[in-house]
Amino acid sequence: MSAVPLLRGGGQLTDVRCLSEIKTPARSSEISSSSSGAMSLGTPRSLASSGQKNIQDIRHPLCAAEESASSRSADALIHPGSGAATGGGGGEKDLSLPNGTPVETSSPASSSSLLNRLQLDDDLDGETRDLFVTVDDPKKHVSTMETYITYRVCTKTTRTEFDLPEYSVRRRYQDFDWLRNKLEESQPTHLIPPLPEKFVMKGVVDRFSEEFVDTRRKALDKFLKRVADHPVLSFNEHFNAFLSAKDLNKRQGLALLTKMGESVKYVTGGYKLRGRPIEFAAMGDYLDMFTQKLGTIDRIAQRIIKEQSEFLLELREYGPVYSSWSSFEEELHDPLEGVSGCVSNCSSALDELTEDMSEEFLPVLKEYVLYIESMKTVLKKRDQVQAEYETKLEAVVFREDKKTPVPTDVEKCQDRVECFNADLKADWDRWQNNKRQDFRQLLTGMADKNIQYYEKCLAAWESLIPSLQDKQEARDETN
Amino acid sequence: MADSGSEEIAVIGNTDLTPSESENNLKNTMVEKGTNLLKRMEINVAEAEKRTGKNAVNMQETYTVYLIETRPVDAASEGTNPVPDSLWRRYSEFELLRNYLLVAYPFVVVPPLPEKRAEFVWHKLTADNMDPDFVERRRVGLENFLLRVASHQVLSNDKIFYSFLTEENGWKETVFETGFQAKADSRLKALNATFRVKNPDKRFAEMKHYGDELQSVISQLLRVRARAADRLYGVYKVHGNYGRVFSEWSAIEKEMGDGLQSAGHHMDAYAASVDDILEEEEHYADQLKEYLFYADAVRAVCRKHELTQFELEMAAQDLTSKKQQREELATGTVRTFSLKGMTSKLFGQETPEQREAKLKMLETQIEEGEELVKERNTECDEYVKSAWVDIERFKEQKDHDLREALISYAIMQISMCKKGIQVWNNAKECFSKM
Repeated sequence: MSAVPLLRGGGQLTDVRCLSEIKTPARSSEISSSSSGAMSLGTPRSLASSGQKNIQDIRHPLCAAEESASSRSADALIHPGSGAATGGGGGEKDLSLPNGTPVETSSPASSSSLLNRLQLDDDLDGETRDLFVTVDDPKKHVSTMETYITYRVCTKTTRTEFDLPEYSVRRRYQDFDWLRNKLEESQPTHLIPPLPEKFVMKGVVDRFSEEFVDTRRKALDKFLKRVADHPVLSFNEHFNAFLSAKDLNKRQGLALLTKMGESVKYVTGGYKLRGRPIEFAAMGDYLDMFTQKLGTIDRIAQRIIKEQSEFLLELREYGPVYSSWSSFEEELHDPLEGVSGCVSNCSSALDELTEDMSEEFLPVLKEYVLYIESMKTVLKKRDQVQAEYETKLEAVVFREDKKTPVPTDVEKCQDRVECFNADLKADWDRWQNNKRQDFRQLLTGMADKNIQYYEKCLAAWESLIPSLQDKQEARDETN
Repeated sequence: MADSGSEEIAVIGNTDLTPSESENNLKNTMVEKGTNLLKRMEINVAEAEKRTGKNAVNMQETYTVYLIETRPVDAASEGTNPVPDSLWRRYSEFELLRNYLLVAYPFVVVPPLPEKRAEFVWHKLTADNMDPDFVERRRVGLENFLLRVASHQVLSNDKIFYSFLTEENGWKETVFETGFQAKADSRLKALNATFRVKNPDKRFAEMKHYGDELQSVISQLLRVRARAADRLYGVYKVHGNYGRVFSEWSAIEKEMGDGLQSAGHHMDAYAASVDDILEEEEHYADQLKEYLFYADAVRAVCRKHELTQFELEMAAQDLTSKKQQREELATGTVRTFSLKGMTSKLFGQETPEQREAKLKMLETQIEEGEELVKERNTECDEYVKSAWVDIERFKEQKDHDLREALISYAIMQISMCKKGIQVWNNAKECFSKM
């Protein structure tokens, strides 16, 4: 877990919220102002159940306001002890160009949010997780206009942001797609997990086959779980709506969007970037190389599946020849039939292996390639935000003398950059962790499947040996 | 039954054998009673060497020779372990020997030689006759051939065979002196000719049919197996690519790097393991091939029966027609149309003296004919008897050998599976440490 720099600006819950983040109407009124010029939205508040509490101890949602009030005062006493650059309260801002190590002031609000953030990350071990989501039970719906599949999305939670502790709703792929777009729009500084591919060629793939539907379901399940595990994304209102609303009114978010207006959209038009901070450059490089490796692995896996399928074809011809041979033999009839049966068993085992690899291995690789693509987009956005800040800052510095205060516009840009960098770095570490787990699981799974295949074949051949030798002994005895 | 004649062919041993007395095995395990060369002598084809020399048309050629070593059994068991006698033979000499045996012992299912050219190859590379793997497999096949001949009740006593093993020089001339080649040609001609037999022995007809079916099914089996081997090779080798990409990937990872790298090594090992696996399977293919060629030998024996039966029937038919002629001449009735009959009608009958002469000639011919029929009948009977004995022997040998081959094939598959499990377990361990 890399050190998280303290940033200006309050953050709801455990993360530093940047200007662009949407708050629910109830919370947007709570604006704490820290040092001069800093604009932050939302109050820092601890999670109702973060860290120390059990589900049983969760208070009724109506108590939440009290809770936050008390915690806020308590938090104010906390001085930030850990973390990277911290400063005193208030004061002048540093005008140095952002080069990855922002120097800014901290407010009590942000320090508590830092602690909360650290706490929540510990929670990711799963023991004190307070939001559980699953996707299951695919069902086909036939209407006059179209046929489509819906999935059941079940939620169990103790979070106060939800009115109920449990939800069960039906969603179709379109809805997931909507959710992802909304998340991308509303949280552009974060890495949004990918969805399984949207388009399938109708002639090539059967959209309603069991295999396809199940593969998709697993990917959708993974998507929601990743969002649910994210300390910022999981509190997104669209996510909340997705999980809880009876009917997903997809136009819901638009009104809020227009309210927030320009702070939502990053107007990134052709600003030139001076110097990309090393760590973000390294991220970009890593992603490029990693994508390449994934592509290679995908190609290799597909080739193996192809070769195995062709091998299977030959086996399916090979086995029966022993059978037809046995038909005109006497003594050798049973042994030959036995071999034929064995080969047939091995064929089935190979069929299963190939199917498993197709259905479970390849899709995960594809998913990661998509994931990386969206990450690269986010990195580009970050570059743009930094470029905009640099350009604007330069303009100001050259135009005015050092005595005049920096216009708020430039400060806003600086804020944006710093928020973005912080969010991105935190997400990056999380992503690396997840990636490691995912690939460990994926490759171990691949090894397992191969082991199972060989074990099945081994069992088949071993059971044949005694029957092959049987008659031999009987014969030798009679001689 | 050996053909009588001026040829100097070794006297055959006891041909009245019961099937259980002769059982051939693939290697040196012998369960023999009676005279059998292998009981007295150890034989093996120890080495192969490349030679160059001038051939029949005075052109340079490269060929392989094989070292045949022989040693009396007693000497070895006494522990003195003397140096074996040895000589070099090339494939064409083996062929010559076999052709001789085919002619000299037509009632025997003569063991086949390993294939002349590599067929049913799974990898284009091994189609080369000079390829060391091919040469090695051929060496084994030639040794197998010699052992089978040496353990055969009848064939093992043959003098030509014995001198093949012991006299390097002049052996070829000795073989040609037997004059078997002339017989070989006529035999081939007869075997390939189409003729209809009225009363073949049912068992031989069935056996011939069995030979056809066996040949067909083993050919198919070998073909599909070769294709499957090709595919299997592909599957294993592509996994080697994982080795390379895991290594490259590990270079850009921190904690995952070690696990990936070592897993990659196991993938390389997996890819490499297929070479040994397929090499072993070739041995199985060779065992099948031997019986593919044996099927041909069986068919030849059955065909020879048909030939002898045919000749018998021809002789009998000839005899019958001659007897008929006699009858006609004696009684003066013409039952069947004949040119003689017509001409005599047209131009008048013969004189009694002429008729007398003709009758006498016919009587002689009939007498000779009856002798011939008797001879051929005996020939046929004896052939059937001795050929069937050898066919029974062959059937038992085939059942035993093929069963053993299937068992060793299963064992091969088991070994392959175990290796696969081990490699993937190793890789899994590495992955889990990622």
